[in-house]
Amino acid sequence: MERIPILRMGNYLLVTIQVDMHDRLAMQLQEDLTTRIAKDQARGVLIDISALDIVDSFIGRMLADIAGMSRVLDAQTVVVGMQPAVAITLVELGLSLHGVRTALDVERGMKLLEQSIDDQTFATRAHEDDGPGGES
Amino acid sequence: MATRLPELIRKYQDSLLAEWIAEQRAALSRKLIKESELEEQCSAFLRAVGQGASSGDLTTLDGAAWKDMKELLTTVSRTRGQAGYSPSETAMFVLSFKKPLFTRLGKELPAAEVAAEQWTATVLLDQLGLFTTEMYQRSREEIIARQQQDMLELSTPVVKLWDGVLALPMIGTLDSARTQVVMETLLQRIVETGSAVAILDITGVPTVDTLVAQHLLKTIAAARLMGDDCIISGVRPQIAQTIVHLGVDLGNVTTKATLADAFALALQRTGQTVVRVAAPRRKKPKETGKDRKDQE
Amino acid sequence: MDQVERADALPVRGEIDVVLVRQTVRTWSVQQGFTLVDQTKMVTAASEIARNTVLYGRGGTVRIEALVEGVRKGLRLVFEDQGPGIPDVDLAMRDGYSTKNSLGLGLPGARRLMDDFALASELGHGTTITMKKWKR
Repeated sequence: MERIPILRMGNYLLVTIQVDMHDRLAMQLQEDLTTRIAKDQARGVLIDISALDIVDSFIGRMLADIAGMSRVLDAQTVVVGMQPAVAITLVELGLSLHGVRTALDVERGMKLLEQSIDDQTFATRAHEDDGPGGES
Repeated sequence: MATRLPELIRKYQDSLLAEWIAEQRAALSRKLIKESELEEQCSAFLRAVGQGASSGDLTTLDGAAWKDMKELLTTVSRTRGQAGYSPSETAMFVLSFKKPLFTRLGKELPAAEVAAEQWTATVLLDQLGLFTTEMYQRSREEIIARQQQDMLELSTPVVKLWDGVLALPMIGTLDSARTQVVMETLLQRIVETGSAVAILDITGVPTVDTLVAQHLLKTIAAARLMGDDCIISGVRPQIAQTIVHLGVDLGNVTTKATLADAFALALQRTGQTVVRVAAPRRKKPKETGKDRKDQE
Repeated sequence: MDQVERADALPVRGEIDVVLVRQTVRTWSVQQGFTLVDQTKMVTAASEIARNTVLYGRGGTVRIEALVEGVRKGLRLVFEDQGPGIPDVDLAMRDGYSTKNSLGLGLPGARRLMDDFALASELGHGTTITMKKWKR
């Protein structure tokens, strides 16, 4: 069965969805991504859906699930390139995609990923400075 | 037996024309079209009746023979509508022909035939009258549709305020159709300009009801899905009250009282800032001899 | 009275069929002259119901009909299955209701995306869902 290719760019994984996915393909992608995040110790995932002219509740949930699973694996997810007609339809459908960060395109998505990972690292470092007793 | 209408109309054309025009002048209280135009249209009508009757069928307006008549009536409807006549006044163009025609039929035909011919005439003229009214309606609808389209396009501009900042000044009452257009226009412009923040300014919106609020929230949700941030500005005290009373949940949508405040916030969010540049040194208004020497 | 200009029927038995239904509805809605947003809404609604037909209706069919009423053009989709039927239609049509992988957003969401939506279901006999959208 075909699989959606996952590219690695430094600390990040990049997925470009260009086909109209049937459900099993979408589930396979979810599985492959989580495996790769763990294997490559990726800090961020960028999913480009600019070629998708429809996102229904199944794909929507897949995206939300990927974001959730990545977070547990300590990676941030950003979905980029949602088409206007798709955005309007998703809102009408009632899908909120909570917990999924979005950006207009790959470039902005990358910036967002870098920013959020920086914030994370900063927070972690500040925590480490406190020391075991909580006092600096 | 074939109808004698076309033959009679042709034979007594002049007197019928004169009487008919007189009828119309009496029926139309306002003179909104020129005499000459009225005469022209009436003459054309009589010619078209003859042509239509030549098809032999006076009970239906289908068929090539009635094409000219239909075109004439469409023109009459449109011009009368534009002149400001009501649909009834417009239909009177056709219906006022009945009296002169019936009078003539009564005079020229033997008693046994009059009733049948008047019936044929009535059936025909009624159809033509109804057709005229329908054409009137349709041209009205076309005008309204066009005006609506114009208004929609005019009243939903999406303006680029700065790099990455779009503004949507909404003016007038928002209804379902308009909000749809607004939403689609905004999202399209977000893609085109690659902006990160959109300011929805509702200074010019008099009232907000639950439906409008929902539409606004949907627009914001859709923009968010595309990665864009939205700020609502121009919230007047009355609208603030309405929003709270209606229990509308704005969630985490930022609202600002003025467009200026919203713009400042938008700049912040896009990592930009406005800097006051030091005023340039002003040259002395008059050059005295001393200065000129200094410059040498 | 709606007049059917032309019609076609597709099987809805597996997930590949769901993709085919999406593509077919897309093509037909383009032909009927729908705007991009309306096309997307229809394809998404069709995807939701098609998936339900496969997962819960044990497979069925969809009839696609191009409608004409005077000068108005529209599209009608009729999904039919001989599955177990929907036990509580009111509940299923309520937002947020879900069973496992969710009959959840499918029905009320699809209804919001279409102009007309009618559901008939009989326990043990099957479900028929009729959806219509008119070109604005």
